[in-house]
Amino acid sequence: MGILNKLDAHIEPFESGNILITSADKLLNWSRLNSMWQMFFGLACCAIEMMATSASHYDLDRFGIIPRPSPRHIDIILISGTVTLKMATRIKRLWEQMPEPKYCISMGSCANCGGPYWEHGYHVLKGVDRIIPVDVYVPGCPPRPEALLEGLIKLQEKIRTQSLAKKVN
Amino acid sequence: MDIKEIQELLKSAFDEGIGEPVTDKPVDPYITVETGKIHAVCLFLRDEERLQFDYLSCLSGVDYDKDNLASVYHLYSFALNHKIVLKVIVPKSNPIVPSVYDIWAAAEWHERESYDLMGIVYENHPDLRRILLPEDWEGHPLRKDFKVPEFYNGMKIPY
Repeated sequence: MGILNKLDAHIEPFESGNILITSADKLLNWSRLNSMWQMFFGLACCAIEMMATSASHYDLDRFGIIPRPSPRHIDIILISGTVTLKMATRIKRLWEQMPEPKYCISMGSCANCGGPYWEHGYHVLKGVDRIIPVDVYVPGCPPRPEALLEGLIKLQEKIRTQSLAKKVN
Repeated sequence: MDIKEIQELLKSAFDEGIGEPVTDKPVDPYITVETGKIHAVCLFLRDEERLQFDYLSCLSGVDYDKDNLASVYHLYSFALNHKIVLKVIVPKSNPIVPSVYDIWAAAEWHERESYDLMGIVYENHPDLRRILLPEDWEGHPLRKDFKVPEFYNGMKIPY
């Protein structure tokens, strides 16, 4: 019954068992937010913290978040680090290849607003939100794994309130 | 061998184009070399029995002063454990320096970087393309007179 206890907000078990009643939205959202596959790439020092988050100590896998090597497999793109103008064109292209529904987390000061390169960084895009829409901003330089996990949980909360069935966000 | 001895050796091998060693600056002592001589001087430094500079540890471009750029060579000899710094100063209006790629292969990427960020053109380099910036970038951004453009491919650059 462990899984049903976890789901009690979404799904009601009948007393005689074997039948569950839920809404399509709740079921879809429950499955979506527990399997947010992530794009497998890092841009700068934030990527080190992202790797630490994925590794056994912080264990990103327990949220169902696993890195995938192709943009066609993924649900979320984690912009982990300084977005240079050269990389920005590649990020935009990756984003365009991702299937809907797709989400973006901007991790760290550089991806949020340019960070330490805000004034003299002729080669840095001052915030990844200038090229792709961002759902969650995680502040920090770089953010600790706990902060990144918090950002991912915030994104899960966002997905939980959305509706795929009604096509309204 | 210290820089004075190296400079005397160079002076005896080359008639002109070798500057005096500068030792009173808070940087490694250096010798200024004439642009046209740099390739021959580097070859001599590498192949001479008493010098054996077998390692180019760094090659960098510098915005030297108002009218000049410089290409700076940090050389080291593993065999004899001595080092030297050479500078070649070229005018911004015609920044052409002979490549030392055929002497130390390490120079290939260093010269590309110096070309990319400073705009120094290395003659006889086998593949002088930008190495860090995008290929369609305009200008050489580490020059002091570089103005950051407003847009790159539709992306706004200033904060």
